[in-house]
Amino acid sequence: MKRVLFAIVLGAILGALDGLAAWFEPDVRSKLGMIVMLSSVKSMIVGLAVGIFAVFVKKPLPIILFAVIASLAFAWWVASQPDPDTGKHYYAQIVTTGGIVGLLLGYATQRYGGKIDAVPSRS
Amino acid sequence: MNWLSDDALRRLRSAAGSPDLSGTRYRLLEFVARGGMGVVYLAEDSVLRRRVALKILDPVASSPGLAARLLREARILARLEHPGIVPVHDVGTLADGRVFYAMKFVEGRRLDHHLQQIHSVPERLRLYGKICEAVAFAHARGILHRDLKPENVMVGPFGEVLVMDWGLAKFLHRQPEDAATLLDESPAQTANDTVATPAAHTSDSSVHTAHGSILGTPGYMPPEQARGDLHLLDQRSDVFALGALLLYLLTGNPPSTSSPQATLSRPLAAICRKAMAADPASRYPSASDLAADVARFLDSEPVSAYPEGLFGKAGRFISRHRIAFLLVLTFLVVRVLLLLVFRR
Repeated sequence: MKRVLFAIVLGAILGALDGLAAWFEPDVRSKLGMIVMLSSVKSMIVGLAVGIFAVFVKKPLPIILFAVIASLAFAWWVASQPDPDTGKHYYAQIVTTGGIVGLLLGYATQRYGGKIDAVPSRS
Repeated sequence: MNWLSDDALRRLRSAAGSPDLSGTRYRLLEFVARGGMGVVYLAEDSVLRRRVALKILDPVASSPGLAARLLREARILARLEHPGIVPVHDVGTLADGRVFYAMKFVEGRRLDHHLQQIHSVPERLRLYGKICEAVAFAHARGILHRDLKPENVMVGPFGEVLVMDWGLAKFLHRQPEDAATLLDESPAQTANDTVATPAAHTSDSSVHTAHGSILGTPGYMPPEQARGDLHLLDQRSDVFALGALLLYLLTGNPPSTSSPQATLSRPLAAICRKAMAADPASRYPSASDLAADVARFLDSEPVSAYPEGLFGKAGRFISRHRIAFLLVLTFLVVRVLLLLVFRR
């Protein structure tokens, strides 16, 4: 449970930071709050998935790979929704950083998310 | 005219020098090494059918005092049941009256030889931690080694570490039963110990007195031991030797020819300096404390011997979390690149 919570909170933080980068895009700066919130929710969902995956799979590499793939897939889906006002797609901006966020999320979850006792102690 | 070939003469000489093990359960296999007061042979225990190392009092240096010392060494080893200390199996007397003891035959290499195969500093430090554990255990049992050096540490084929040669070991706190049963140093022997002469080096680099009692090894001996202030010796004396051993492990050079500042990272150099401080009060109070500081260094945590500044703390934090740091850096760089590309 510790790992799941850790991944969700980290996802929220990383997603928010990722969303804040929209401030540098003049076209969407006015919707910064919405972008930050949605980006955060997106990463929290990925975090939840990564956290649950990490509870069952103890090996670091599969956790990181799962996080990257899940994050890329989710980022692609978000990017495929056009901006309602301009109709533009922001594949490069969303997918590239989404992949790195997934990498960070996966690495941090397996590295700092706490250890899980596979075998309960007999004492 | 030669009646015998050189090879036959060599064999005869070897047989004449070999100990007579008749009346014991051991069968002599081969000569292994010669130490300060004893000769070590490989033998087979005919009852248990296993190979053992026999340390037999050297016939050249044989004397009642040395016999008592060998017996004392065996009894000290018998007290130190630890995976890092070579176990003693048996003690006895040969037909010619010489004392011997049987111990585990360690099939490994001396630390100084083993180090040629290990180039990674963390791996060397982990090995060092095992040496400290064994010495700390001996201290907890009230025993000082007094001759810690690379030649007295063996590394087994599975990475197990064994601290050897407890011939110079000393009880930290003499107990009534020690005096009665362990043939501890008599006042006369203790007095002899103080007359160490550096001119009397042996092949294994330990210093002997004129009476053949090993005192320690230059470079690994703390100043109080080199001066002969035996009453000042305590576990911090072994801490000094452990510091010298750490310096050797890290530089590959004997402590007398290398300085902690030379090529080491600052925390490691500080650990060596603190362990090898001339004043015992400035050293680590115990081998465990020294090992703990080395372990902290391995975990990229602050070491007690080195108060670090802000940059030092930041560097250590980055080093400890370097992958996470690199990932965050990559994220930021990609963000900036995307910004620059899509602004055009």
